[in-house]
Amino acid sequence: MDYFLSEEQQMIVETAREITNEKIIPRRAELDEKNEFPAAILQDISKADLFGIFLPEEYGGFGGGCFEIVLLLEQLARGCVGIATSYAASALGIFPILIAGNDEMKQKYLPAVVTGEKWAAFGLTEANAGSDASGVRTTAVLDGDEWVLNGTKQWITNGGESQIYTIVAITDPEKGARGASMFVVEDGDPGFSYGKKEDKMGIRSSATRELIMRDCRIPKDRLIGRQGTGFITVMKTLDVSRPGIASLGVGLGQAALDESVTYAKQRVQFGKPIIAFQAIQHMLADMAIQVEAARAIVYAAAHHIDAHSKDMSKVSSMCKVFATDMAMKVTTDAVQVLGGYGYMKEYPVEKMMRDAKILQIYEGTNQIQRNVVGQQLNKEYA
Amino acid sequence: MNILVCIKQVPDTKDVRLDPETNTMAREGVASIMNPFDRHALEEAVRIKEEHDGTVTALSMGPPQAEEVLREAVSFGADEGVLVSDRAFAGADTWATSYTLGMAARSLGEFDLILCGKQAIDGDTAQVGPGLACRLNMPYVTCVQKVSEMGGGFILVERMMDDGYDVVRLPLPALLTVVKDINEPRVSSLKGKMKAKKAVIKVLTAADIEAEKQYIGLAGSPTQVVKIFTPKPRGDRTVFSGTPEEQVNQLVERLNAYF
Amino acid sequence: MLIVDCEKCIGCGVCEEDCAFGAITVEEGCAVVNENCTLCGSCVDTCEPEALRIEGADRIVRADLDEWSGVWVFAEFRHGNIAPVAYELLGIGRQLADQRDVPLSAVIFGAGVEEQVGSLIASGADKVYFADGPELEQFREDVYGHVLEELIREFKPEVVLAGATAIGRSFIPQVANVLNTGLTADCTQLSIRREDGMLLQTRPAFGGNIMATIECPHSRPQMATVRPKVMKPAQPDPDRQGEMIRYVPSEQSLTSKVEVLESVRSELDNVNIQEVEILISGGRGLDSEKGFELIRELADELGGAVAASRAAVDAGWISYPHQVGQTGKTVCPKLYIACGISGAIQHAVGMQSAKTIVAINKDENAPICDIATYSLIGDLFDIVPLLTSKIRESRG
Repeated sequence: MDYFLSEEQQMIVETAREITNEKIIPRRAELDEKNEFPAAILQDISKADLFGIFLPEEYGGFGGGCFEIVLLLEQLARGCVGIATSYAASALGIFPILIAGNDEMKQKYLPAVVTGEKWAAFGLTEANAGSDASGVRTTAVLDGDEWVLNGTKQWITNGGESQIYTIVAITDPEKGARGASMFVVEDGDPGFSYGKKEDKMGIRSSATRELIMRDCRIPKDRLIGRQGTGFITVMKTLDVSRPGIASLGVGLGQAALDESVTYAKQRVQFGKPIIAFQAIQHMLADMAIQVEAARAIVYAAAHHIDAHSKDMSKVSSMCKVFATDMAMKVTTDAVQVLGGYGYMKEYPVEKMMRDAKILQIYEGTNQIQRNVVGQQLNKEYA
Repeated sequence: MNILVCIKQVPDTKDVRLDPETNTMAREGVASIMNPFDRHALEEAVRIKEEHDGTVTALSMGPPQAEEVLREAVSFGADEGVLVSDRAFAGADTWATSYTLGMAARSLGEFDLILCGKQAIDGDTAQVGPGLACRLNMPYVTCVQKVSEMGGGFILVERMMDDGYDVVRLPLPALLTVVKDINEPRVSSLKGKMKAKKAVIKVLTAADIEAEKQYIGLAGSPTQVVKIFTPKPRGDRTVFSGTPEEQVNQLVERLNAYF
Repeated sequence: MLIVDCEKCIGCGVCEEDCAFGAITVEEGCAVVNENCTLCGSCVDTCEPEALRIEGADRIVRADLDEWSGVWVFAEFRHGNIAPVAYELLGIGRQLADQRDVPLSAVIFGAGVEEQVGSLIASGADKVYFADGPELEQFREDVYGHVLEELIREFKPEVVLAGATAIGRSFIPQVANVLNTGLTADCTQLSIRREDGMLLQTRPAFGGNIMATIECPHSRPQMATVRPKVMKPAQPDPDRQGEMIRYVPSEQSLTSKVEVLESVRSELDNVNIQEVEILISGGRGLDSEKGFELIRELADELGGAVAASRAAVDAGWISYPHQVGQTGKTVCPKLYIACGISGAIQHAVGMQSAKTIVAINKDENAPICDIATYSLIGDLFDIVPLLTSKIRESRG
């Protein structure tokens, strides 16, 4: 469908597509097999001026918004969700600074992200705080001119590869939801180290590690925004980032659809290419319909968010659920269409199916997303 | 450091196929691309410019649509794109092309370094680079796989040979034709694309470059096509079938002479 | 511009059928030209009613043809050896010289060339012009170019042939250019047209999809380069007699600011795939560098060498000297086994004249099967090891 992209948006899509075709697709199977972080490809993405796409022009960025990120991530995900996630996680990590940091902080960190010199990561999840974010136990205590952080973050994407970490820690245990704050921890800060690299089912080129803070000391000015606004910043961040994740689903679904149709046209059984059989055609048709519907809702959500309209949370949750559930279904169907070949690592769709699963889990499980939507409906129809 | 890069827009010959039924070359749906060797030449020019300061001018002789590759060149780092285009250039062989590019280069000013791709993938002659060097009376080296050093009015390069490579030192201004091994071209950037969009591609005619009629186009081409024909397919062909074992046995029977 | 005279055109459609570019169609009884026309002029000659002509095709005459006579072959000399292609050029050169009833001469430069000149005479040269000196030891484009130019201007041969090697492709174009004459690269066929003694030069074009025959009617010499392993070498006759002429180039031609500081021989891949009778070649279907282990085993078993398609070289699985094809080497072995190679025209042009071609491929519609003597359809990872062990068995 025609989404009436502006010329500049078209250029973003073309540039991202070139990187996907020339740099990502040739290497994705190898990086997946070796569990290898795509450092060189991220450098290529930054050289193409795509790292700063959503950052303001005054920091060297392109000044785009949620929609531009969505366009970019969709193309990267067509190549490899693991690689696209590495980009998305860096964007996620830098959002808190963008949303709540003061000018000095923005000036300090944003330009380096634009040039690709540094990457970021988002540190919220802990062993006891997954869907229930209030389970965060990492503490931050002010000691003179320094904050001292203690705690462990779990399953942090880009952990150990990034230089800038935005961490949620409890500053006032009695204040409940208003007792958390966000901080910038940098690679190399005293008392900050990484756990082992996780061995995952999918998005294996994405690096996932624990962040360990033991009397980790950081300067006072590393507090992002005002003390106690931690969870508010988290919520605002997730609202803006969810369409990006949804967009990974759209790109992944599209890639799976492309492989399926191409294969169905080539594979001959019973004297015909299998696309001639209604059973296959209907599967492909349903896949195509779902991919397009997901694209439409994600694009609409992104525009909605860029316009700072009401109901950002509901809208962003809706598109995340739809697009990621779609990606799981479409990639599974793709393996089915390719049959025996689809199950073999020689063909790209089994990886796509393995990669799809995480999209339904991270950045808020689809169950939590449904909670958000349900609660919002409850409020709306008061 | 003023660098000139010669670029040609070519059909993507790996997609060009001879249709066995009509015996014609199907060119519909075949994309026009920047000649891959020229892409490497452009990349090298931009790298040299980034290291030594200067300008990169991209030049192409072609029909009006060749403007696309010049814009592409700007998106990859060229400062300017120039198209020399005229109906009178049609049908030029490599001699007439070298002459035309030579006149165009002269009209644009003095260059310290000229870079060309080793060959165009449609003509495959590899003749225009050396021809242009001859027209401009410049020392040249072909098949450069590495530019090692530049300074003091000289350039040091590695020239790929059939049995290895030679290390060659030549004075500037000079012309180099390059092979793909020389670099890994960058992907285009958003800023590059935007610059390309705004770029004004200069178009020069035969009159603009003061090219003499008898030396350009068909008239200026010492070589002439007598005929074009399609290569004959090979006669004897056998396709085996069966299990790998069976097929191998059948083959080995027939290849006995070799062992 | 290709112009159709509709009065003369009878709408017979011969031009439409003949045109390899689909550039001419007959509409309402008259031929119409579209933008695919490359001005090759093939149709002009085949049009009986003479309704077609190319405008602006009148060329100036650049040479007095009668003054030019003789067939020359440039014999490359590098690192103390005459390149094998020289003997192939003498083979075809002899045929052309005989057809024209003129002498065949070889031209050779280098340092320490004199002792080797005899082999050129044995292989058919009636005369050998040799220039021997330290300035000619290392190949430099400008020096070799100026010396050859001088020789040509002085002795006026009508035809000059050279090998399309790194050296030949490098400096011959410059010589042709400065002499204002035509050069046809990578010829696969050369012959003399009976009617007027013109050299007809045939070469592949458009990536090898079509063949073009070229002539150089108004300028001299007619120059052509030929790829190694395309022409048959002359049979040497040690008793043959010929003239050895030492040529002393002018000071000017030997003066150059270009220096060759070093000549580095490739240590790694010493095998020249063009010199070997049996080649086992691997392509994209090998999936990785490891695939070449199977290829090497088979090659070892057959006493052959390993070659590759461009896809395999570009992927970094094997080095460039092994590459066969349009942008690689041309080979003409007795046996060429292509494993996991699709056989797109750019590869085929580099090996299609092999005596026996075996294709091992998953896809029976791969173009390689159209030119293969024997095609095995299946997984090369099964077939190649089986073939290796079967051959080992047969040897006993």
